[in-house]
Amino acid sequence: MIPEIGLAALWLAAALAALQLLAGFIGARHDNAEIASLARPAALLQAILCGVAFLCLLYVFAVTDLSVKLVATNSHSMKPMIFKLSGAWGNHEGSMLLWITVMAIAGGAIALIERRLPEKTMMATLSAQSFVGLGFYAFLLIASNPFERLTEIPPEGNGLNPLLQDVGLAFHPPTLYIGYVGLSIAFSFALGALLTRNVTPDFARVMRPWVLAAWIFLTIGITAGSYWAYYELGWGGWWFWDPVENASLMPWLAATALLHSASVLAARDALRTWTIMLGVIAFSMSMVGTFLVRSGILTSVHAFAVDPQRGSFILALLVLYIGGALVLFALRASTIAEGERFSVMSREGALVVNNVGLSAILGVVLIGTLYPLFTEAFDVRVSVGPPYFNPVSAIFFLPMMLVLMVGPLLRWKSDNAGRIMKPLALIGAVMLTVLIRSLFYEDIGLLPFLGLVLAAGVAVASVAPLFGRSLRRTPLAIWGMCVAHLGIAVAMFGMAADTAFQKERLVAANVGDIVEVGPWTGQLDTVNAVAGPNWTAMQANLTMSYEGGPGQEAHPQSRNFWTPVMETSEVALLTRWNGQLYVAVGNQGQDGRWQLRLWWKPFVTFIWYGGLLIALGGALALVGRVASDLRRRRHADEEDMEDELAEATA
Amino acid sequence: MKQLRITLWIVVAIAAALFALFAYQLSQPKDDFVRSAMVGQQLPEFDLEPAFADRPGLSSADFANGEPALLNLFGSWCIPCRVEAPQLDALERQGATIHAVALRDREEDVARFLEIYGNPFTRIGRDDISETQFALGASGVPETFVIDGSGRITYQHIGIVTESDVPLLLEELRKAGSGS
Repeated sequence: MIPEIGLAALWLAAALAALQLLAGFIGARHDNAEIASLARPAALLQAILCGVAFLCLLYVFAVTDLSVKLVATNSHSMKPMIFKLSGAWGNHEGSMLLWITVMAIAGGAIALIERRLPEKTMMATLSAQSFVGLGFYAFLLIASNPFERLTEIPPEGNGLNPLLQDVGLAFHPPTLYIGYVGLSIAFSFALGALLTRNVTPDFARVMRPWVLAAWIFLTIGITAGSYWAYYELGWGGWWFWDPVENASLMPWLAATALLHSASVLAARDALRTWTIMLGVIAFSMSMVGTFLVRSGILTSVHAFAVDPQRGSFILALLVLYIGGALVLFALRASTIAEGERFSVMSREGALVVNNVGLSAILGVVLIGTLYPLFTEAFDVRVSVGPPYFNPVSAIFFLPMMLVLMVGPLLRWKSDNAGRIMKPLALIGAVMLTVLIRSLFYEDIGLLPFLGLVLAAGVAVASVAPLFGRSLRRTPLAIWGMCVAHLGIAVAMFGMAADTAFQKERLVAANVGDIVEVGPWTGQLDTVNAVAGPNWTAMQANLTMSYEGGPGQEAHPQSRNFWTPVMETSEVALLTRWNGQLYVAVGNQGQDGRWQLRLWWKPFVTFIWYGGLLIALGGALALVGRVASDLRRRRHADEEDMEDELAEATA
Repeated sequence: MKQLRITLWIVVAIAAALFALFAYQLSQPKDDFVRSAMVGQQLPEFDLEPAFADRPGLSSADFANGEPALLNLFGSWCIPCRVEAPQLDALERQGATIHAVALRDREEDVARFLEIYGNPFTRIGRDDISETQFALGASGVPETFVIDGSGRITYQHIGIVTESDVPLLLEELRKAGSGS
C-alpha cells in the first residue's frame, strides 16, 4: 500500500507542477491575479507531496519490502538500519526522487517566503521552476519509477555496493543533491528576470541567499566526497579529477562565480547580463554533470547499470532546458540595459577577475572532462588526468589568488592602490618569508611551492579586511567572506604540504616486523580475522609511535562483503594536528608476509578543514544576509504601521 | 550590444554542438575496452619456452598451419581466468584448438592451476616479462584472440569468456577458417 501512496503522491505533484506552470505563466503575462494566486499554493502542495513520496520510499527501504523492485535490487534485510535508509538514495531511481523532492521543496520555499520581487517576476520564476520540474517528473514517472513492484517476491535482496556502506557516504548524496538542485532556484530566478525584463540589484539581493544556501551544501558535499574517496578507496589521494568528481566541481565553480557577481549586481548594479548568464550556467552544470554520470557515456570503465534510454531522456531534458535558456538569453540579453561602469582598480574590477578566473577553470575542467568523449568520436581513446588538470587550472588559479589578496581591501567603483599599501606590505612580507623558507625544501615541485607561498599570503589577506574595524560592529557577511577566504588558504596549504612532504612506504611484513614511514615507527603486532554484520575481514594490528612518543594502535582491515561479494580496504588513520598516518593492509603474499601500505601525510587534514571553513563562511554570510533582510522587513512593516497611524489620526 | 548578441549565439552554437556530440556518443554501442591495433594484422614474431612440462612451448609459427586457433592469455594468479576456465573447456570440447600464453608465472603454479581448472590448451608458452602480451596489444588478462590459418589476428576478445561468448567465439573461428 505504502509504495502506491508514494506513486500517487508523485503523480499528483506532477499535476500540480503543470498547474503551477500555467498559473505562473498566465499570471506573469496577463496580470491575471486570480489565476496567479494559484501558483504559490501549487508549489507548496507539490513540496509536501514530494516529501510524502520520499518518506514512502524511506519506509519501504526501512522495512525491506522486497516486493518493491528497487528494494530487492539494492537492499538486504541483514543491513544495518542506517544503510537500509541510505540505500533509498544510493541508486538511480531513488536519487532521482531525491532530486525531485529537493527541487519541489526549494520551489515551495520560494513560493512561501519570497515576497520582495515584483509579483510578475515572481510568477515567471515559479513558472520556470515548475517547467524544469515537469521534465524531471516525466523522467521519474516514465523511465525510472522507484515504486515499481515485482510480481514474484524474491526471498532476499541483492544488497548495496559495499563501497557505499559508510556512514559518511550515507549523507553525502543528499548534501550534494541539495546543492545541485538548490541551484535550480538561481536558474528559475534568472529565467524569471529575463522573461519579465527585470534585472535589478533587488533581483540579485533576492537570489543571493538561495544561491548561498545551495552553495554551502555543495561545498560540504564536495569536501565530504573528497574525504570519502581518501579513506574509503585506500589509495591515499584526495582528488582524482574523476568525471564524477568533476561533475560536482563544475556547478560549484559556477555557483562561486555567481555569488561574487551577484554581490556586484546587488551593491553596484553592474554585471547584469553576466549574473543572469551564471545563474543559467550553474544549474546547467548540475544537469550536465548528472547526465555524464547517469548516462554512462563517460564512466565507461566503471560502467554499472547504464541504461541508454535514461541517457537519451536526460539528454532531451538538457537540450530543452539548457538550450532553451541559452536561446532565450541570446534573444533577450540585448534588452537588458547596461549596468553601471567602474574602473579596473576597484572591488568590482577584482571581482571581475575572480569571475573570469573561475569561469576559465570551469572551462578547463569541462574541456578536460569532455575531451575523451570528443576524441572517442574519432576512435581515439584518451584519458585526461592530473597532468592536464593540475597545471592548466593552476594557470588561472594562481593569478586569481593574487587578486583575492587585494580585492576585498578595495573600495567599490574606484580606488587607488596607495590607500591599501600598509596591508599589502604586510601580505608581501609574509609571502616573502615563506618563499625564502620554502626555497630550502628540496624537490617539492613548483605547484606545491607556489601553493605554500600563496596560502600564506591569502591567509593574511583574508583577515586583512578586519584590520582597523570594530570587530563587534563588523557585519556577519564580512566575517563570512573573511572566514571563507581563510578556508581557501587553509585548504591550499593542506594540498601543497601533503603533495610536497608526504612519505610513502610499501612493505611486506611478517608479524613482529618493524615498519617505518616518515617520523613514524612501529611494528606489526598481530593479524586476525574479525566479523561485522555483513562482512568478514583480515585486520592488521599495528602499534605506531610518532617520533618515539607513546604507541598508538592502528587497525587497518581488508574487508570481504558477502552481499554483494566485494573486497574493500578499510584504512586506519592516526590523526595528529600536523597530519595523518594512513595505513592500508593488502593481501597476504605466498611467503606469508602481509602487504602494508603506509603514508605519512603532513597537514593533509587541512584540506578538509579548509573546505569546512569555506562552508562556514558561507553560513555566516547567509545568516547575516537573512538577519538584515528580516530587520529591513520589520522596519518596513513598522513604517507601514506608522503611515497607517498617521493616516488614521489625520 | 551587437557584439554581445553574436557572442551569445556562439554560446548557443557551442551548446548545440555539445548536445550533438552527447547524442552521437549515446547512440554508439558502448564498448568498454581498448582494442588492440593488431586486429587484422599478422601475429608478431615470438617463440616461447614451455610453461608446463606436459605441453610444448608456443611460437608464432605454430599458428601458420592452415587451421584457425584461439590464443588465450592467462595467469595462474588471475582470478577471472579461473572463472572463464569452464568456458574454454567447452570451446575445446566443441572442436576449437586453443593455445595459451602464461604470463609472469611459475611452472608449479601453472601445473596446479591446470590441475584444478582443467587444461584445454594444446600448447602453452611462458612469457615472464609480458613481452608477447604487449606485442599482441593486449591490455590485461584474460584475453582471447582468434587467429586464422595464416597467422593473422582476426578477432580480439577482452576479459572473461562468459557462457554467452562461447558461440560467438566459435562463429569467429568458423569465419577465420572460411577465409573471410
